[in-house]
Amino acid sequence: MAGSVTQPTVNYKIRKRRHPLLEFAAAQPLGAISGVAILVMLFGGVFSELIAPYDPFEIDFGAMLAAPSPEHLMGTDAFGRDIFSRVIYGARTALTIGFFSSLMGCTTGAVVGVASAYFGGRTDMIIQRFIDVILSFPIIVLALVVVAMLGRNQIAGVDVNLIFAIAIPVMPKVARVVRAASLTIREMPYIDAARAAGFTHTRIIFRHMVPNVAAPFLIMFTAYVAQAILLEASLSFLGLGVTEPTPAWGLMLSGNASDFYREAPWMILFPGVAISVAVFAFNLFGDSLRDWLDPKFKV
Amino acid sequence: MRTNRRDFMKAAAFTAAGLGLLDAMPARAQGAPKRGGTLTFAISAETPHYDAHGSDTFATLHFGAPFYSTLLQFDLANYPKVKGDLATSWDVAPDLMKYTFKLTPNAVFHDGTPLTSADVKATYERLRNPPTGVVSTRKATFEDIASIETPDATTVVFNMKAGNPAMLEHFASPWNWIYKAALLAAEPNGPRTKIIGTGAFTFGEHVKGSHVTGARFDKYFKSGMPYLDGFRGVFMTQPAAMLNALQGGQVQAEFRGVSPAERDRLVQVMGDKIRIEESSWTLNLMVVFNTEKKPFDDPRVRRALHMAIDRRAGAAGLARTAVLRDAGGLIRPGSPFAMKDEDLSKLPGFGRDIKAARAEARKLLKDAGVPNLTFTLHNRNLAQPYTPAGIFLVDQWRQIGVNVEHRQSETSPYLAGMSSGNFDVAIDFSNLFMDEPSLALAKYVSFNRAPENRSRAIDAELDRLYAAQSHERDFKKRFDLIRAFEKRAFEQAYQVPLLWWYRIVPTHKTVVGWQMSPSHNLGQDLTAVWLNT
Repeated sequence: MAGSVTQPTVNYKIRKRRHPLLEFAAAQPLGAISGVAILVMLFGGVFSELIAPYDPFEIDFGAMLAAPSPEHLMGTDAFGRDIFSRVIYGARTALTIGFFSSLMGCTTGAVVGVASAYFGGRTDMIIQRFIDVILSFPIIVLALVVVAMLGRNQIAGVDVNLIFAIAIPVMPKVARVVRAASLTIREMPYIDAARAAGFTHTRIIFRHMVPNVAAPFLIMFTAYVAQAILLEASLSFLGLGVTEPTPAWGLMLSGNASDFYREAPWMILFPGVAISVAVFAFNLFGDSLRDWLDPKFKV
Repeated sequence: MRTNRRDFMKAAAFTAAGLGLLDAMPARAQGAPKRGGTLTFAISAETPHYDAHGSDTFATLHFGAPFYSTLLQFDLANYPKVKGDLATSWDVAPDLMKYTFKLTPNAVFHDGTPLTSADVKATYERLRNPPTGVVSTRKATFEDIASIETPDATTVVFNMKAGNPAMLEHFASPWNWIYKAALLAAEPNGPRTKIIGTGAFTFGEHVKGSHVTGARFDKYFKSGMPYLDGFRGVFMTQPAAMLNALQGGQVQAEFRGVSPAERDRLVQVMGDKIRIEESSWTLNLMVVFNTEKKPFDDPRVRRALHMAIDRRAGAAGLARTAVLRDAGGLIRPGSPFAMKDEDLSKLPGFGRDIKAARAEARKLLKDAGVPNLTFTLHNRNLAQPYTPAGIFLVDQWRQIGVNVEHRQSETSPYLAGMSSGNFDVAIDFSNLFMDEPSLALAKYVSFNRAPENRSRAIDAELDRLYAAQSHERDFKKRFDLIRAFEKRAFEQAYQVPLLWWYRIVPTHKTVVGWQMSPSHNLGQDLTAVWLNT
């Protein structure tokens, strides 16, 4: 009997590609939530003047140490300054210093890491030993030394030396990670082809290698924004960061806050929460970004 | 009404009692002093150098007073009376034109050489007429000395150009450490880096950023003293660290002063283990305009910034959080020569209508061509009371449209900036040890005569009024001259007082023999201090 073979019909369902942001939100819900928190902080930092109900510098001795109320949502500090307004303006300080110091530290670290991997040999050895020396210092100690050495240098209300001080300890950590990623890229045929074509080292590094470490760079950048915010808060708390009366979360925890934390716990509660939320959000966002971008985590 | 020096001191003592200062010096049930032990205390700033003649920060005195002696000193149990230190007796001519001091024959320097009248002469020559390259911040105070004679090894005679009713108190100044003549001859600036005194303690070590130590000097000229084996002064610029150290027993005292909130915390946590003593303070914060820089060479700008400060509101508000307490003129409020409040309120910067004052300030800035003035406020990185004062000033000036960048520095760079004139506007301090107008007003004398005048202003009229009041022995006439001086000083506003301080000192109850006073410059030789452990 002649049999007949029937081909099974397969209905391939072609999934419609969603917007990458929606894909990220679906795959990494916690990352999405932290991203929203970061956006809220960014919004607060950029539009502080519109959101803050009071001038953050304005002293009101008549409202000293006032408890949270509809008039002062987060209470007031020992000078009668509105804490809610100072927390909002503090986001600007934290994000400005956090963003720029992380950008500076990560960019420098990425270039150094790629160059170290690309040149290899003695150059790699010297750069790595130098990085070993820097890494041997705890990050806060290194930042303290840099701040003490550079002093203060404010440009447009931002302490540039503080940004340097935070960027320098970040740089070697990023360089080490980027070097590891770049060692694989260095062996790729297109790098050999670029060399054979007679391209300069600078062109090979910046045009062909650096773009290929963009994913780890992006992940580290977000993670180090969190570290930078924490470091800025620590340095300000120790009296080496931004100075009064600049609204800054770390600074709000020091000074009079330590005198009045029993009488007016809101003085430390709200800036403390702001630091925690910012650091947690950036860390979580960085982790989620890593998971989303890394193919190994998708398997 | 004619008043001689004794009457004046009686008036001062009476006023001090009225202010409650003497109440701040309780007679303690101390018992017999015990020998031994090491006192560890906190110093909230580190001295930039070792030379008290060229310093006006307490950091130098708290660091080095135990190593040195002075001719006279204040008797803190009977403040503001004076008593002998190196001088065993003294004689003052009735016309105040000659002071003769008899020195103890037993004083020796820490290198073993005996102290003689030549050392006292060399010290006071350096104070009144410092050689090139040497800074004497008390030059104006001793400009009435015509000559110094040393008839023998234990006698010093000061001949005066003019009678000065407060001269004996100036001789008791805690800044006048007696240096070794041979050292001054070899190295006029030697005391900035070398410590050779006749004090109760010999210098041990100075670890920068950490501590200074001293050990008992067995050849100290006061028999049986000091009681302590030694001391250790620990530099603690962070109040939180200092409070924790006091609570934990790592330090037993902080002799400069803490804030009201810090006091409350210590009392709450330590209960009867801590002793708190309080007093008004012969110390005020000032705002200084660098008259060598534009636009602060314009009196309209200076006056505008001076008038924008609501000192009355500041005094009331900051008293709760800072060691600042009273709004006043150049002389401490409540002291005999101080301006009465109703007179003060008529002067620019002290009026009761702050809105009107600020409107006028804005107009002055506009007239001066700087309606949107921006500058940097140079301040000291000390939590009390410099940071609150800086925050307060920034807010006050913002209210007349002035944008201020607040920059705080550690003590050494802060003082270096003040001395070199590397600032626009600064917070300075007038660190007095008694309510003597010649002392209080010396900082306002022209810069070429008084290097401690950080405004760098030259004003012949202020110089004339200063000299006239310092030689005037009639109380009423002197009072009027001081008022004229203040009026001129506020009109020109080269530098203006901000607020007067209030002193709160915590010590462990085991620390005995230390005397509270209205000045943190006094009583820091630690000679009579002992530990009741």
